[in-house]
Amino acid sequence: MTSSIRVRATSNGDITEVQTLIQHPMDTGLVKDAKGELIPAHYIQQLKFACNGKDVFVANWGTAVSKDPYVKFSFKGAKKGDDLKISWTDNKGGSDETTAKIA
Amino acid sequence: MTAHTGPHPTRRLILQGAASVALIGLGNLPFAPVRAAANDKYPEEVFKLKNEADAIKALYGKTAEPSDKVRLDAPEIAENGGVVPISVTTTLDKVTSISLFVAENPNALAASYKIAEGTMPAVANRLKMAKTSNVTAIVEADGKLYSATKEVKVTVGGCGG
Repeated sequence: MTSSIRVRATSNGDITEVQTLIQHPMDTGLVKDAKGELIPAHYIQQLKFACNGKDVFVANWGTAVSKDPYVKFSFKGAKKGDDLKISWTDNKGGSDETTAKIA
Repeated sequence: MTAHTGPHPTRRLILQGAASVALIGLGNLPFAPVRAAANDKYPEEVFKLKNEADAIKALYGKTAEPSDKVRLDAPEIAENGGVVPISVTTTLDKVTSISLFVAENPNALAASYKIAEGTMPAVANRLKMAKTSNVTAIVEADGKLYSATKEVKVTVGGCGG
């Protein structure tokens, strides 16, 4: 199975810019389906980025984050070739993780 | 007039209100437990709060002052409330977290980001907006809160409709 996480991490030598796109429905629990039944809430709660054993960026999300969430940030202290570990957990106990090489 | 056979809805609301006032009161004690924003746990309860001021208080335990050092980039008009690109940057030092609130959403807190030392105090993401609303970014820097607010007009809501 392909990962739900697509990430691009690029370093300019000093700063690493990270762009991430995750496939997830991010259902709010307020929307009804075609039959008029509520679609239960299903959303990512926490998304972590770790590099060299340290959490560099942690996102806590509610249902207001758009479907197939996108997030961009940047950090210092990494170099090209370092591993960036990305992991998420959702409200139904689902999770996924991947490791990207900083380019 | 009013039947006295069961708990009256208004009465229940008043009781709930009293309970939350009591909770906020507890939060003001000097020995209050560590704030949600200060530890690594997912602040599940804060995400359930409807009111923006309550959510800010529950997350940080204090209020923010508006600052021109916080820049909130959001569209004037969002044609699709389901995907509203919003980004926050700041020139403040010692930033430890950035949070985004949408006042008119069913739950005000949309996202809260922890900024580690060495991570730039900037984030871009995409949020859902139920309708036209103020969006507030709160930046926690050196233990203080700074905010920027912008109104985003939504022509089609992001909650299915």
